[in-house]
Amino acid sequence: MSFPVLFGVLALLTVLGFFLGRARALSTANGHARNLHSLPNYYGYYIGLWCAAPGFLLLIGWMALETSVMDSMLIANLPASLQGLPKAELSLLLNDVKNLANGDIVSREVIDADLRDAAAFYASLTSSSKLLVTALMVVLTCGGILIARGRIQPALRARNSVERAFMVIMIICSTIAVLTTLGIILSLVFESLRFFQMVHPLDFVFGLEWSPQTALRKDQVGATGLFGAVPLLAGTMLISLIAMCVAAPVGLMAAIYMAEYAPPKVRGTVKPLLEILAGIPTVVYGFFAALTVAPFFRDLGLDFGLTISSESALAAGMVMGIMIIPFVSSLSDDVISAVPQSLREGSYGLGATKSETIKQVILPAALPGIVGSVLLAVSRAIGETMIVVMAAGLSANLTANPFEAVTTVTVQIVTLLVGDQEFDSAKTLAAFALGLILFCVTLVLNIIALTIVNKYREQYD
Amino acid sequence: MTDAATTLNGPSGGGFTNRLSDEAVRKNLKRRYAAERRFKTYGILAIAFAVCMLGLLFSTIVSKATPAFTQTMINLEITLYPQDIDPEGTRDQATLSGANYRSVIRQAFFDLFPDVTSRRDKRQLYEMISPGAVYIIRDMVMANPNLLGERVTVQMPMSDDIDQLNKGQISKDVPETERRVKDKQIGWYERLENRGMIETVFNTTFFTAGDSREPELAGIWGAAVGSFFTMLVTLLVSFPLAVCAAIYLEEFAPVNKWTQTIEVNINNLAAVPSIVFGLLGLAVFINFFGMPRSAPVVGGLVLALMTLPTIIIAARSALKSVPPSIREAAFGLGASPLQVILHHVMPLAMPGILTGTIIGMAQALGETAPLLMIGMVAFIVDVPQGALDPATVLPVQIYLWADSPERAFVERTSAAICVLLAFLVFMNVSAVFLRKRFERKW
Repeated sequence: MSFPVLFGVLALLTVLGFFLGRARALSTANGHARNLHSLPNYYGYYIGLWCAAPGFLLLIGWMALETSVMDSMLIANLPASLQGLPKAELSLLLNDVKNLANGDIVSREVIDADLRDAAAFYASLTSSSKLLVTALMVVLTCGGILIARGRIQPALRARNSVERAFMVIMIICSTIAVLTTLGIILSLVFESLRFFQMVHPLDFVFGLEWSPQTALRKDQVGATGLFGAVPLLAGTMLISLIAMCVAAPVGLMAAIYMAEYAPPKVRGTVKPLLEILAGIPTVVYGFFAALTVAPFFRDLGLDFGLTISSESALAAGMVMGIMIIPFVSSLSDDVISAVPQSLREGSYGLGATKSETIKQVILPAALPGIVGSVLLAVSRAIGETMIVVMAAGLSANLTANPFEAVTTVTVQIVTLLVGDQEFDSAKTLAAFALGLILFCVTLVLNIIALTIVNKYREQYD
Repeated sequence: MTDAATTLNGPSGGGFTNRLSDEAVRKNLKRRYAAERRFKTYGILAIAFAVCMLGLLFSTIVSKATPAFTQTMINLEITLYPQDIDPEGTRDQATLSGANYRSVIRQAFFDLFPDVTSRRDKRQLYEMISPGAVYIIRDMVMANPNLLGERVTVQMPMSDDIDQLNKGQISKDVPETERRVKDKQIGWYERLENRGMIETVFNTTFFTAGDSREPELAGIWGAAVGSFFTMLVTLLVSFPLAVCAAIYLEEFAPVNKWTQTIEVNINNLAAVPSIVFGLLGLAVFINFFGMPRSAPVVGGLVLALMTLPTIIIAARSALKSVPPSIREAAFGLGASPLQVILHHVMPLAMPGILTGTIIGMAQALGETAPLLMIGMVAFIVDVPQGALDPATVLPVQIYLWADSPERAFVERTSAAICVLLAFLVFMNVSAVFLRKRFERKW
């Protein structure tokens, strides 16, 4: 049985367990719920949990480990000559074996006896695995139901047990977020360490040349590949800077207008309109940048006698800036609105105009919050991927000229990892090292921004 | 404004100061009011800029997308000679499926142009019909073998270049070497049009087909189904996890170092770039657990981890907004803490939680970058049948088409964007509706 079916069976068994538990509890209490410690439903949940928990854990564990365990068993069963193949060829071979077993198209032309044997072995492995997991699940769940059913008696504190179990489940769920962060850090650090065994960390962080092609043969030109991240970091900064040049003034002025000048009706329409900008998928912005904005700038450049690349940093940065406007504007709007009215009234009382009040009283008071919102927007810009993948270039130029094509950290991660890849080349591992830089930079920016914003909030509360 | 300035200035300052400083004050005021107006204008300009860009974005996409909803077809009369298709007369499906329909179409098409004789011209002529025409005839014959020997009129798609020509996207003024449609082809096309054989119909292929290298045969159905499976996995994983986590953190968690760590973590996780989640998926799900590449299951898991913080934060604020009096009343009646939450607080917080979930799902639906990392960019023609089949999703399909060089893919990309935006608008509108309809102010 396939996993979706197994999950369905598990759900059915759980429901069955629930009704069994309820019925059992009522029958031990001579049909009167008042004789029971807990409400009858809790006895149902009690059995349901005893049934669902082991079955669910089994299925999840099996799903997670099945492929890797089966692969290693398959490899162990291969003839010694095939076992000694390099990793990449071995994985290709495994793929072929699986395809052959499933009756799909196989990449190689000669299908020898070894391959056929392996495919037969794999097919038998698959079917026995499915059989085993089905049997194990039935045994575990039915065993759970039986054990729990045997425990049911009027004095059983079913509600307390169920609530305790639920509490454990909730605690586990709330740690998932921490586990995710841990997973991100571990996977990035682990793969980066492997990368740094091939490329020296200092060369990576301070190297001025980025050309990650690793050649097929040792004697080819540029066979080693150069992994200097400086051009990528510079490109990321350039595009983010352009984006912020658009987003910061526009977002801030829009926030000021909405918070201080706009009548409630205008504010009620404009605010959601701006938020739409944040809700549009980035791939749409990328398309817009590549198809409309970049050619526009290129033609504009031609009119003024400038050569503007069709993948210029300007186009990507500008579109990214438009995307980021609402990130600046809504948070700034919040902090400006949070400035106490008394400050405004004091300023008006001294005869200041509205704009003078804003410039000399409100903005200084709201400055930390605004800085925080801008920092958050910068971290968005640095981590943004699709716009730059579609509208910025691939070649790593170390330049500050916004009319030229530059590449960014995220673009390189995508280009290094999309397509065929083996996990031991410096090329793919470099993507994880870049990811680590990206993660650290955005994390630091976020922490600083959130601390500033929170500190500021406390000030006026 | 100047009038207002003088009247303002008149009674207050006029009586006590001499004319000179009065003048200076008036001048100064004029300057200050001008600055005020300028400042206000900057604000309006900023908003106008943002709104204009939004309008420009939408109008560009929609105007580029409209041609994609129609397709140029040719109504070609074809005689299905049995000796070409089924010489043995067995009518079995294998023969019918393997027959050379290409030559059948070629013959019928070339008969229309007896003057075209050279091999090169013939090739150019046949290029005007989509390669998908073969499958239309094949499916027709296989569905109804009795058609053999009949003369039937079949509506077949023209190739993407001719389609673009029909839609006026290819200018005839451009030198021949620089455009995809040659002069001869334009001539043939005009002859076909004069005979009334060309028809522009609603493009159903776009909504029912999977991906294809030929723009006229490419559709979004495969990607839409892939998106559906991915979203299903995301919802099934993230919703229960997020709700449980939110209940625990908001209602039960003691205030200590550990829960503070979790809270800081969730806030930071919400701001981690999406591409980093893709790296996590690649390293953990695919490399470590050996899950299949390009499968909606992996995509769904990655997106679930990504939307988790969004839903948790929304769910927590929804729980927080339920007033304590509800809890106290329930406690007073003897409910256990968990009963208070599950029976009384949760139903009241549900609209808020659902709103947050929908918004999180809308984000996940538009997400592209992490899915590129886990191989959902593969060129997949088949419509996926389950969450374990290789698939792609709508935004990735948009990315793939945007990268394609064919002119006709531009309009299809825009049309796919329109479909994606329609889904997003629907989700967000339903979120707003939920909030308006069910949210209670206490």
